[in-house]
Amino acid sequence: MLRIITRAFTRGVATNNFPTVIAEPADGFRGKPEIDFARCTACGECAQACPTSAITIGNGRAENEKVVSINYGDCIFCGECEAACPDVIHLTKQSRLAAANKRQLTTSARYRSSDGVTYTFEEVLSATPSSMTPVEEVGLVLKKKIRELLGRSLHIREVDAGSCNGCEIEITALNNPIYDIERFGVHFVASPRHADMLLVTGPVTRNMEIALRQTYEATPYPKLVVAVGACAIGGGIFGKSYASCGGVDAVVPVDVYIPGCPPRPEALLHGILLAIDGYHR
Amino acid sequence: MELLARSLGDRLTIHEGFAPNEIVLMLREDSLGSLQDICALLLESFKAHFTTLIANDEQPINGKVFFYYVFSLPADDLFLLLKVPVDPRHMEVPSVSAIIESANWFEREIKDWFGVVAFPNIHRLAVHPDWPEDVHPMMKNVPCDVAVPRVKGRFEFARVEGEGVFEIPVGPVHAGIIEPGHFRFSVAGEPIIDLDLQLFYTHKGTEKIAEGLTPQRAVFLAERVSGDSSFGHAVAFCHAVERLMGCEVPKRALVIRTILLELERLYNHVGDMGAILLDVGFSVGAAEASELKERLLGLNEILTGSRLLRGMAAIGGVRRDPEDTPCRTQALLEMPDWVGKSLDELINLVMSSSSVLDRLETTGTLAYADAYRLGVTGIAGRASGIDRDYRRGHPHCAYPHLDFQVATRKEGDVLARFNVRVDEARESLAILRQLQHQHVGEPILAAVGAIPAVRHALGYLEGWRGEIVHWVMSDATGKIYRWKITDPSFHNWRALRAAVRNNIVPDFPVINKSFNLSYSGNDR
Repeated sequence: MLRIITRAFTRGVATNNFPTVIAEPADGFRGKPEIDFARCTACGECAQACPTSAITIGNGRAENEKVVSINYGDCIFCGECEAACPDVIHLTKQSRLAAANKRQLTTSARYRSSDGVTYTFEEVLSATPSSMTPVEEVGLVLKKKIRELLGRSLHIREVDAGSCNGCEIEITALNNPIYDIERFGVHFVASPRHADMLLVTGPVTRNMEIALRQTYEATPYPKLVVAVGACAIGGGIFGKSYASCGGVDAVVPVDVYIPGCPPRPEALLHGILLAIDGYHR
Repeated sequence: MELLARSLGDRLTIHEGFAPNEIVLMLREDSLGSLQDICALLLESFKAHFTTLIANDEQPINGKVFFYYVFSLPADDLFLLLKVPVDPRHMEVPSVSAIIESANWFEREIKDWFGVVAFPNIHRLAVHPDWPEDVHPMMKNVPCDVAVPRVKGRFEFARVEGEGVFEIPVGPVHAGIIEPGHFRFSVAGEPIIDLDLQLFYTHKGTEKIAEGLTPQRAVFLAERVSGDSSFGHAVAFCHAVERLMGCEVPKRALVIRTILLELERLYNHVGDMGAILLDVGFSVGAAEASELKERLLGLNEILTGSRLLRGMAAIGGVRRDPEDTPCRTQALLEMPDWVGKSLDELINLVMSSSSVLDRLETTGTLAYADAYRLGVTGIAGRASGIDRDYRRGHPHCAYPHLDFQVATRKEGDVLARFNVRVDEARESLAILRQLQHQHVGEPILAAVGAIPAVRHALGYLEGWRGEIVHWVMSDATGKIYRWKITDPSFHNWRALRAAVRNNIVPDFPVINKSFNLSYSGNDR
C-alpha cells in the first residue's frame, strides 16, 4: 500500500501539458490528403489507386468538363493516392476533419478541356474545413460549452455497430491519463438511458441494425449522434452489402461525422465539440 | 509422406500443395464415410493439430463444393490439407466434431454460410434467428448485395433449470467501450452455472466482399479484420498470396514485419494488463498501463505513420521502412530501454499488491484438458500449459534467426494469462533488441508479377492473440476467388465458456478481459 502511495506521489503528471500545447501528430503521420488542384490534370490515376473510391473523377455539367473530388468521409488514409501521384497529392498531418454534414466532407474542383484530351484546372467547387487548434484549446472550449448547455458534464454512450475495433482503441485512448477527457467534463456512461450523446462506430451490420435503433430510442431527448470513422460515415472499406447497412445515417439520424480510420483521439475530441456546437440549432 | 501413403493410400491421393510445406490429401469421393477415421488417425498417429476448416464453392470451376480440413504438424513445419469433395446435390458431410471438438464451430459456420450440413452438427452459429433458412451468401451464385429479409425467430440458449436458477442477458450493447456480442448467464445466486454466447453481431461479409478484388486491394481489407491485429492479419494475408505465387520476400522486409508484429504484441499486451487491473479495481496500475500503451501507440505512429500500424503491409514486403530517418532509427533503438523500465515498475507495483493477486489467482481457471480439447491457441492456451507457438513451430518472418523463449504457465487462471503477457512483453523487447541494425538499407519490396490462376495457399503467423491463419485461392484472372480468415478468437471463444463456470458474476469482466478475444475477428 505504502509503495502504491509513494508511487502515486512521485510519479508526476502524465496528462498533456494543461492547458496549452499538445504533441502534434508525428512526422509521417498520414492525415488529410490534399490535392494540388492547380497541378492536377484529372488523369484519374489516384482514383484508380484509392481502395475505397474516396477520390473520384466524374463528368461535369458540360461535355468538356470533369470534376475531381475527394471525399474525406470515405478516406482510410492509406496513402496510395500520394504514392500514385506524389507531385500533386500530399498527405498532411491534419486529422481534425469532423463536419456536421456530409457535403462538407467532400472537396472538389472543376476541370475543363479544349481538345478533349488535356484537362486544366478551372475552379474549386467545395472545400473541407479542418482544424489545427491544439487539443487543449478544443477541450477548454468544450468544457465551457458543456457547462453552458448541459449544466455540468456531457455523458456519452459508445455503440459499436460492427466496427473492426480500431475506433474503440482510439475512443478508449481518450480515457487514458495522457488525454484524460474527463477533465473537460466528458464522461462515458454504461447505459444509453444516461447518455446525451451516442458515439457510433462501424458500418452498422445487419445484425446490429435493430440493436442500434433500440439504443437510439433508449437515449433520452435531446440527444446527439456522432458517427466515428470511415465505416460509420459511409460504410468505408466494407461499403454496403448483405451484411452491412453502409453507414450510421442509414439507420439513425447523425449530427456530426468524424473521418479517420480510425480518427486520432484529438480528432474525436474536435468532433465531439462540433456536435455540442450544433446543440443550439 | 510415405507413412501417410501406406496407411491411407487406398482412400485418398496425396500430392504436394502449391506452397512448399503444404501437402494435400484428396479424399476419394466414395470414401466419405471414412472421414472420421482419417481425422482420428491424423490426430493420434501423426500428432496433427486441427487448424482450420475451409469450405469452398468450386462449382464454377469443377462443379463441386470442397471442404479443406487443415492440420498443422509443428514438429515438421508441415500443413496437411485434407480435401473432401461434397456432392452439390446432397450438400452433406459427416461431422468430425466428435473427434475434433474444435471443429464444431467451423462446421456450424459453414452450414450457415454455405448450406453444407456436417451432420448431425446442425445448430446455427453465425446467422441470427431472423435470418431466412435458405440464404447462404458465401455460395458463388449468391450476389454480395443479396437482400436478406428478416424472418420471425427467437434466440435459443443453453438452458439450466432448477430452483433459484436465473438467466442474466447481457449485450449486444455492452457497458464498456467494447465490441458487441450477447452473453446469456445462467446463475444460482452469484456463481455462474453456464454461459452461452451469441456472436456474429459484427459480421461484415469481409470474405465475400473480397472475392473478385485484386490481392493488392484486399490487403486494406485484411488490415480491418480486427483493429487490434491490423498488422498481423494484413501480413498473414500477404503471406498466403506470396506463398501462392512463390514470391520471395526481401530479408529487410521480413525484419520489418517482425519488428512491427512485436510492437503490435507489446501494445496489446500492455493494454490488456491495464484492462485486467482496471477490472479488479486497481486504478493506479491501470492508469500506468494505459499511459504506457498510449506511448507505444505514439511510437507506432512515429515509425509507421499510423497508430495501429496500418498502411505498412504489402504483398512482396512492406510499404515503408520504419528506419528511413535518423530520428526514427533512434526511436526504435531507444524504445526497449524505456518500455522495459516502465514495464518493470508496473509489474513491481502489481506483484506487491496482495489484493490484486488475490483477485487474479484461481479466477477463471481453464484446465489443460479443456484447453486441449477445445483447441485453444495463443496466450490463452499457453497460460493453460499448451506449449504451442507458430513463431517456433511454423517459423515465419525473421523468427528462425532469433533467439527467444515461449512463455507458458500451467495454472490456467487469470493470473497465468496476465503473467504470460508479462513474459511475452519482455521477450518482445529482447526480440526487438536483436532486430536492431539488421539488413538496414536493403530493399523492402519484391517485384510482384501476375498472380497465377487457380491456386491456393495458406498464410500464417503468430499474432499477439494466437495463431492467425489465412487461406487464399486465386481465380482464372489472378483475383481472389476465396479467402478464408481464421482469427485465434474463433478457437478461443468456447474456452471462455469453460473458464467462467463456477466463478461469480462480478469476476466475469476480468475473466473476459484476460482472454480479450476479438469479436470482429471472430465474426468478420
